[in-house]
Amino acid sequence: MVKGEGNQLMEPTRYRIETKTRASAVLVLAGIALVLILAALPAFAGRGLIQDLIFVFYMLALAQCWNLLAGYTGLVSVGQQAFVGLGGYLLFALTIGAGIDPIAAVVLSGLIAAVFAVPTAFVVFRLRGPYFAIGSWVVAEVYRLVFAQFKQLGGGTGTSLPPSATNQILGIEWVKATFEVRSPAARDIITYWIALALAAGTPLLVYLVLRSRYGLALFAIRDSEATAESAGVDSFRTKLAVYVLVAAATGMVGAVIYLQKARISPDAAFSVLDWSAYVIFIVVIGGVGTIEGPIIGVIVFYALQHYLADFGTWYLILLGTLAVGIMLFAPKGIWGYVAQRYHVALFPLRRILVRPHE
Amino acid sequence: MLDWVDTIIQGVLLGGLYALFAAGLSLIFGIMRLVNLAHGDLIVLAAFAILALATWFGFDPFLAALLAMPAMFAAGFALQHLLLNRTLGRDLLPPLLVTFGISIIIQNGLLEVFTADSRRLGLGAIETASIHLGGNLAIGVMPLLTLGSAIAVILLLNLLFYRTALGRAFRATSDDLEIAQLMGIDHHRIYSIAMGIAMVVATIAALYLGIRANFDPTIGPARLIYAFEAVIIGGLGSLWGTLAGGIFIGLAQTVGAKMNPEWQILAGHIAFLVVVVLRPRGLFPRSVD
Repeated sequence: MVKGEGNQLMEPTRYRIETKTRASAVLVLAGIALVLILAALPAFAGRGLIQDLIFVFYMLALAQCWNLLAGYTGLVSVGQQAFVGLGGYLLFALTIGAGIDPIAAVVLSGLIAAVFAVPTAFVVFRLRGPYFAIGSWVVAEVYRLVFAQFKQLGGGTGTSLPPSATNQILGIEWVKATFEVRSPAARDIITYWIALALAAGTPLLVYLVLRSRYGLALFAIRDSEATAESAGVDSFRTKLAVYVLVAAATGMVGAVIYLQKARISPDAAFSVLDWSAYVIFIVVIGGVGTIEGPIIGVIVFYALQHYLADFGTWYLILLGTLAVGIMLFAPKGIWGYVAQRYHVALFPLRRILVRPHE
Repeated sequence: MLDWVDTIIQGVLLGGLYALFAAGLSLIFGIMRLVNLAHGDLIVLAAFAILALATWFGFDPFLAALLAMPAMFAAGFALQHLLLNRTLGRDLLPPLLVTFGISIIIQNGLLEVFTADSRRLGLGAIETASIHLGGNLAIGVMPLLTLGSAIAVILLLNLLFYRTALGRAFRATSDDLEIAQLMGIDHHRIYSIAMGIAMVVATIAALYLGIRANFDPTIGPARLIYAFEAVIIGGLGSLWGTLAGGIFIGLAQTVGAKMNPEWQILAGHIAFLVVVVLRPRGLFPRSVD
């Protein structure tokens, strides 16, 4: 045996793990550019477009949240309106009742929603699969009925956010001076930026969660819960962590929604149609279990609403038909179809083993 | 004391209506684990079908319901055959989304045809007739008839389940789908028949819903929640359990309403959540998943 040769043979090949793809590298730059352009948009766009985009942004953020829960964690909830309504009501309580700045109130609403999510989880996590779906809906109804009891918050008929609560919102004087607008438009612009931050932040959050140890645990649980547990994954804690994180994000989105609407009522804030059915449609139309899907879904949803909402009931019938059709004929949604056909991933989650060149 | 007796009687009677809402749901949930989010809207659809027959042809609501039954059976069979059978599998999302879509289609279709006005099935004097039990206690004839119908429906469904070849096929597909298929059972056909039967039961539920209170195209989802609560409390696959679950929700609601009228619905939901925290499989599960 020649000296040193064995040593060389034993030397293991050093594989590297990569997740980047060429498309994803381009996307990072494109994404940053897009967010910057959108952030600068209030300088050129009218108030109508800004308000439309606020809607697109918060629906996108909700869709990303629901997708993390249902698409990646297997918690198919029809009760996320619980946290939307909770966030909205907390915003009203914190600004009107405690006089807190609306921007701080949005963040606080999310944190308090997360606190509420812990006991909620201990109830709904007793249930599995279809029972979980129904149970989460019942919990949302409980929240709705409880908030209808608070007379200070308008009871069953709801209440409005007085302009005095938001006229001093952080940065409003600067926005008024810079964009030469009056208070209501300036409020919209600040709300727009918060909504943009959430819309850009939630896909990033989902991506970071999935790239983390939690993400690996989630994929393992999705593929086989029993095997994952035997490999040391604590399924309950992992799901709980995701549920609470999603509740925090959903609560913040709810706060932004009602900062924009400036009027809240239990029936609207805890609406299963607005904050669950439509959100589920968006995710499924775009592609469930992908980060790209909700982005495409929300664009389709907005386009349909923009062009067809005047048809009222017929628009909703069409939306329902579209959802049924997509689920039956393209269950992976638009992005699922594209990704499968052209092998692209803008948010790459697959870990690729790379053998270094000699 | 006496008013508590009255509360409990009213609760049991209300539970009969909820058991009727739930019986069809329990049947299909037990057999194929299908979460049918459109069940409440299908009941409302049946109520409008009865209303249309009653007003257009001047039929008595009971006769109208009888005539609506075959149509609803056909609608249920077609729905299952054309759409829902394609969504069944391990994944929960497809049936959930498809039935959500159907729910929205039915609600808005009904709004288009019948407008958002509140309707009611009129029966004349029997609506308000009651049987006096002495003291201040009285039982309404219609609520009693509702509970009686719920018991009769569940009795008949149980006979169907345990005494007929079709029922044997129902139980077989529920217990072990693969083996049932090996034994030559066409499970898709079985499912379609089950949905048809569920819609016949929904028509009976619709009749009593329409006589008891006003209805409009949007009330389906709330009825769906009560029905699901009854099914889950009762336990998977147990029809008598569903009746017990319906009565449990009815009792919880009337007791809640007695303490504070605004707490009626809330009390039902909280009672449901307490039961599922303690017994996540419900009280009398026949099948285990």
